Amino acid sequence: MPASDWKTKDVINVDQPTLTKAERLYLPQIFGGFRTTLRHMFSVHVRKKKVIQYPEQRRQLRKEIYRGVHRLNRDDQGRVACVACFMCETACPAHCIHIVGQESPWPDREKYPAQFDIDELRCIYCGMCEEACPVDAIELTPEFHLVGRSREEMIFDKEKLLMVFDRTKDEKPRKNPRITGY
Amino acid sequence: MKHPILSGLLAVSIGGIVVLSLIVMFMEQIKWLLADQFWFSVILSLAIFGGVMTAVAYCILLERKISAWIQDRYGPNRVGPLGLLQPLADGVKLLLKEDITPGHVDRALFVLAPFMMFVVALIGYAVIPWGGTFKWPWMNADAAPLVAQVASIDIAVLYILAVGSMGVYGVVLGGWASNNKYAFYGAMRAAAQMISYEIPLGLVVLTAIVTVGYLLPADQVMDCLRLEGAVAAQSHNGVWLVVYHPVAALLLFIAALAEANRAPFDLAECEQELIGGFHTEYSAMKWAMFFLGEYAHMITSSAFMISLFWGGYTLPYCTELNTSGEWYWMLARMGVFGAKIGVFIAAYMVVRWSLPRFRFDQLMRLAWKSFVPMGLLILAAQILIVHFGWSQWLSPLVNLGVLVGGALVSLMSSTPITGRQQSLLVREKATREKEYELQHAGV
Repeated sequence: MPASDWKTKDVINVDQPTLTKAERLYLPQIFGGFRTTLRHMFSVHVRKKKVIQYPEQRRQLRKEIYRGVHRLNRDDQGRVACVACFMCETACPAHCIHIVGQESPWPDREKYPAQFDIDELRCIYCGMCEEACPVDAIELTPEFHLVGRSREEMIFDKEKLLMVFDRTKDEKPRKNPRITGY
Repeated sequence: MKHPILSGLLAVSIGGIVVLSLIVMFMEQIKWLLADQFWFSVILSLAIFGGVMTAVAYCILLERKISAWIQDRYGPNRVGPLGLLQPLADGVKLLLKEDITPGHVDRALFVLAPFMMFVVALIGYAVIPWGGTFKWPWMNADAAPLVAQVASIDIAVLYILAVGSMGVYGVVLGGWASNNKYAFYGAMRAAAQMISYEIPLGLVVLTAIVTVGYLLPADQVMDCLRLEGAVAAQSHNGVWLVVYHPVAALLLFIAALAEANRAPFDLAECEQELIGGFHTEYSAMKWAMFFLGEYAHMITSSAFMISLFWGGYTLPYCTELNTSGEWYWMLARMGVFGAKIGVFIAAYMVVRWSLPRFRFDQLMRLAWKSFVPMGLLILAAQILIVHFGWSQWLSPLVNLGVLVGGALVSLMSSTPITGRQQSLLVREKATREKEYELQHAGV
């Protein structure tokens, strides 16, 4: 179509239809609404089936993709897998990761994190750090039931994150084959 | 934790033994007290007060439970079995919460407003017929029967209308004393709404009174303004007034919903519009007083409606229940009344959780342009029926005619009512003008 009238011809206005005469009465719709709510109110079997009584019953989480608390993975030899490339710290929208990199004591790696802190209370559990990591060192686990008695307690340092790995490595194994060989 | 439970049980049993022994010792005096109408009314008023406070607290739980069931979930079910101790937990929380009085408020009115609303809602229970007339077995055969009512006055209906209208004061004072323009705005809307809906309420109540006066036997006609006269008229003929005036009963229900600022008429207090409306600045117990007053008002208006239209404490075809003077039938009648109130409260709550809210101008239009003409027509028809002595069975036809007529009038009109209709009209007009300009641009 010519360029001069695309504004009027290319746009299709889709509107809700206006109320018919019968719908303007409103009373049948009101009683239909009552029927719906009363039906829900008296359907006990639907409630029994759908409602999960936390904490006696828990929802079945999809463990591969659920974004709970972070962990730092270990490699085959039990060393921390992170190479202190700072990609997760850069990617984090809430700026809750703080890394101090250092020359690693092992021959097959250049850098490793001397300090790796994640403030779990600032974190928004978006998973950008997990997506950014090139060596799959940081992952989000299905653990969401965290309790901390102070704000300082909820800043997880490297040992705590590795401990989370030790506790959850059976529940959620490392997801991809090793990329870099360590 | 065994010790608190054990010591609690011990305290309750000791207290029970003390109370029972007191009752046994003073049995004669207690019997005389109960047989005297004045003291029986005093005891009944205390019992009703206690019952109403408990009922109002449990209304909150019932509201949460009903809203949960409608939304496919369970309500509070942790605190007691089925959540029955939840009102206790709520009461403790509200008592211990920090009671904030903002700086620039009118202190006297700020404190007065919630109590005004609450107290006024509670006075209305004095004239409602709970159980009818009866006699204790230890009364003499020629003694006057007792009335299971706190006060049996001649003008009960006027009293309830007057006392119910005073609920507006609590709302307006709450908004004014808060020194907050949004609270004041909400209070003014609430006051305008409550005053507007007094008119259909009064018209429908007047219709009921005229019908009751027509139905009562000639020697009892002066009883038509008493609520027990209304109940007697319905049990005398065995037909509830709702059968004669179904649309009037519906109008009374809707006007009572609007009087109580209850959804779908709760624009003045809903959170999406005005944060909290007239109760924005109130915390803890004062806020609780507003809501307990609202629930108490709901129960009063339900009891009023039931006495006028739905047969009071009577059931159809149960002459033993309706007219017997035995004390256990009196208790059964109270139970019937209580069950009917329960049904109405549940109906209030289902209506709240089913319907979207009215906009303020829609609300006012409904009162003045729909309900007032309908109420007037029903009242005029009833007056004609009484004047010419026609059969009362003409009135259901008139009611349905008014409803159908109103429906036809609303179909014929094309006034835009919803916001969408108005904006569509504006848009159509704008496109017509633009087309006109486009057509005549070259000229």
